[in-house]
Amino acid sequence: MRKLTSLIATFIAATLLSGCQTMQSQEPVELRGTGDLGLIVERATGSVLVIDHSEHDILGRVEGLGDLSHASVVYSRDARYGYVFGRDGGLTKVDLLTQQIVNRVIQSGNSIGGAISQDGRYVAVSNYEPGGVNVFDSETLDTVLTLPANYVNDNGEQDQSKTVGLVDAPGNQFVFSLFEAGEIWTVDMMATPPEVTRHPAGKEPYDALITPDGRYYIAGLFGEDGLSMMDLWHPEQGAQTILPDYGKGEQRLPVYKMPHLEGWAIADGHAFVPAVGRHEVLVAKMDDWSMVQRIPVQGQPVFVMASPDNRQIWVSFAHPKNNVVQVIDSQTREVVRTLEPGKSVLHMEFTPRGEEVWVSSRDSDRITVYNTRTLEEVATLPAQKPSGIFFTNRAHALGL
Amino acid sequence: MNRSGRKAFRYSGVLAVLVLMPALAFSAEPKTEAELKNFVIQDCGSCHGLTFKGGLGPPLRPSDIDPLPEAAIEAIIREGVPGTAMPPWKALLTDQEIAWISKQLKSGALLDDSGSNP
Repeated sequence: MRKLTSLIATFIAATLLSGCQTMQSQEPVELRGTGDLGLIVERATGSVLVIDHSEHDILGRVEGLGDLSHASVVYSRDARYGYVFGRDGGLTKVDLLTQQIVNRVIQSGNSIGGAISQDGRYVAVSNYEPGGVNVFDSETLDTVLTLPANYVNDNGEQDQSKTVGLVDAPGNQFVFSLFEAGEIWTVDMMATPPEVTRHPAGKEPYDALITPDGRYYIAGLFGEDGLSMMDLWHPEQGAQTILPDYGKGEQRLPVYKMPHLEGWAIADGHAFVPAVGRHEVLVAKMDDWSMVQRIPVQGQPVFVMASPDNRQIWVSFAHPKNNVVQVIDSQTREVVRTLEPGKSVLHMEFTPRGEEVWVSSRDSDRITVYNTRTLEEVATLPAQKPSGIFFTNRAHALGL
Repeated sequence: MNRSGRKAFRYSGVLAVLVLMPALAFSAEPKTEAELKNFVIQDCGSCHGLTFKGGLGPPLRPSDIDPLPEAAIEAIIREGVPGTAMPPWKALLTDQEIAWISKQLKSGALLDDSGSNP
């Protein structure tokens, strides 16, 4: 009890201190939780908006995060701090309560995304230039581990691979894929030193996801039709190919934007997957990974995301057919609604219990909020060239 | 330097084929200069970086593409680079638009003095 009291005292002191720094006034600081907060990336201006999704309110804008042309966010386990991974290799720790940058490091020349470990102690970043993965202390952002993704290229030379699809996995592991090398690596952060295991995978994994229970790691392949899947309960079995040759003998369309697999939809015993270079969402059975159906949609899917109740699948699209989103009924597997939130839709995020979904429209400088039951618009918020939307409930979900 | 030399060499094989192909008349919605500029920074920037420092695709700053003449860049944009993630854009962009983009990339006109987007 005494420990708790002193903790509370410390917290209040810290809040008061940072509050004063922010506002530089004598106003009393209002205590609040972070469970209904989130960050929205403004990609062109290198800024993020701190939002409140209960109130449809913008609480503030944090600037100075560098090149956010491809950015994502993970959260500390207390859901107070967002770790923003920028294109320019920047890793920025943002305090949602004070709306300030508390730490920022440039950890590589060019990065693509990141993850936070199961125990919350480590933040890992996957890099394009040079390739590989760097791991940091989540508190201080000090380097803990550098993992060059070395492989032998087509010319027989040692090279570093771009890394993609970095996620956290149970057992305090990180898992990621090597684009050029066509491998999946697992990193055991409980071993001293952390232990890396390499598994051969399919050609050019471009992104990956881990199922919400943390069991299956699945990488989408750009270099071939199909996906590489690892059962993390049985890593000794290595990566297996699932949905091979899903478009055999068909002409693939030019791929104007790579699909994203994070937030991939698992619903009603089926996995819903964006097809690469096709106007289709693929449906596979979860028990034997056989293809059940190919749902025709209006463009090349980029994000295919299930609502938290798994009743709806929301799909966003690649340029040039990216001014709409389509909603699929997960049971009938048909498109039930086509919505037009604005120009160049880039991302969608469900509120934690899924009564609303927030959609970013880059070229309309707008966030549109829909009610998922009525599929009607309930609010819009202004944002500058918004891309990714990340709510703090991700702090408590595996792989997000 | 070795790296960019190798890159230029890799493209040249593609180009040998591409520059000989006749420029077809493509049906694409015409864009205003502002729309085109936004397209290059935002959509090309998805892979090449908003300030063209590279990403999944190679960097496209003037010094990076120095070995490539404008016609070569136009051919890459038009036809894509087979075996890579660079798609052909000829179905979405007119020849004039592709030429304009190549010129901007060569001159660095979409970047300001500090190397950012103006």
